[in-house]
Amino acid sequence: MSDDTDVVVTGIGATTPIGGTAPDTWQAMLDGRIGVTANTAPWVEKYGLPVAIHAPLAVEPTEVLPRVEARRLDRCQQVALVAAREAWADAGEPDVDPERLGAVVGTGIGGALTLLGQDDLLETEGLRKVAVLTIPMLMPNGPAAAVGLWVKARGGVHAPVSACASGAEAMAWAYTMIKAGELDIALAGGAEASIHQLPVAGFSQMRAMSTRNDDPRTASRPFDVDRDGFVLGEGAGIVTLERRSHAVARGARIYGTLAGVGMSNDAHHITAPEPDGEGGSRAIGKALRSAGLSAKDIGHVNAHATSTPVGDVAESKTILRAIGDHPVVTATKSMTGHMLGASGAVEAIATLLAVRDGVVPGTRNVFTMDPKIDIDVATENRTVPLTAAVNDSFGFGGHNVALVFTGA
Amino acid sequence: MTNEEILPGLAEIVEEVAGVSKDDVSPEKSFVDDLDIDSLSMVEIAVQAEDKFGVKIPDDELANLKTVGDAVDYIARNSS
Repeated sequence: MSDDTDVVVTGIGATTPIGGTAPDTWQAMLDGRIGVTANTAPWVEKYGLPVAIHAPLAVEPTEVLPRVEARRLDRCQQVALVAAREAWADAGEPDVDPERLGAVVGTGIGGALTLLGQDDLLETEGLRKVAVLTIPMLMPNGPAAAVGLWVKARGGVHAPVSACASGAEAMAWAYTMIKAGELDIALAGGAEASIHQLPVAGFSQMRAMSTRNDDPRTASRPFDVDRDGFVLGEGAGIVTLERRSHAVARGARIYGTLAGVGMSNDAHHITAPEPDGEGGSRAIGKALRSAGLSAKDIGHVNAHATSTPVGDVAESKTILRAIGDHPVVTATKSMTGHMLGASGAVEAIATLLAVRDGVVPGTRNVFTMDPKIDIDVATENRTVPLTAAVNDSFGFGGHNVALVFTGA
Repeated sequence: MTNEEILPGLAEIVEEVAGVSKDDVSPEKSFVDDLDIDSLSMVEIAVQAEDKFGVKIPDDELANLKTVGDAVDYIARNSS
């Protein structure tokens, strides 16, 4: 049942550890490509970091962006721009009133490489060496601002920050603004690039990261009984969201519909998920209600599933509670690692394409399912006709975001 | 250093920082009006020029360097 105020996806863009574009990333997911490798940066040894694995980008943004443009942007802004340009070109560079165009791009950490790198320069070389663009490069609205400035999004530029739910939350806010009639089109998603000694040291100190340094390929293993933490990745995912009536009027190709969104907060603990899955299930419930769907309509869940011992169990309870045991569940992070604020956006694109193609990419590296997890995890690609699918994302701070996608 | 020696080095910096082709960096060009260089990029160009030519370009002097020729003259007068 479609209506003119539906929010549809007319363009997709991504740059990830397994592909430099959205189609390449989707194909890599279907092929089971793993983006996790050994991290040979000198700082791993220098500081005795327990984590020597990461999931770096498959294609460097500096290979795609003009040199002078790239040097004025933090890496997280670079990846945002790469994905945004792809999503915009893919949508056919829509002719739209700039005041009806928005950009909503979230990030978990923002310009950490600039913040930390420039502080180093200040301490070692002095004030004169500090880049004049340090502040716009490190600010957390930097990726959103870079995208908004490039596309001329005069209707509004926003940067939701909710840790690892940021990219999904950006799509939720863009959806809400289009639904409210404020915008006709928005570029929406998330960007992250913070593979650096300090974030790795911090996450390590939390004991949140996998230390399976001797076998990088199998280190990210959501739902496996021997999982030992997440693998830090980097990337960006951006979609062109558009009011259906606008898309139809210009004859745009429609990938599918962002049929509903839901957000909630655990208000339980600053980092640990609410163990019974109650908070996350409220977000999914809201998303289903806003989509006008019921739990039985949901055939697939693209899970947040970061490969941490506690998080994956809590999420399985969330899914059981909010939807049931019937959806086919997959964990994209088994291939991409955890792109923090970009992960929800990239996984939203995977969810959209799963509905379009009727195929769920398998979760890689599940050797022995955790007996405490009672959901239907696809461990190989699964062909399933899908009416609707859910993508859920959770972030430190108790943030829960759920997105529901249906067909075109 | 002579103006003829300074110009190519300055042009290299301008190209590196602002992406303006070296060939377009000629003495009569205005940084702002002709080469479309903003004030932040000018600061960056000045810092690099200080290193390259061993000069000091204080902010109040920088404000007076409207054209490429102004900058070349300033560097020629003040370089050690």
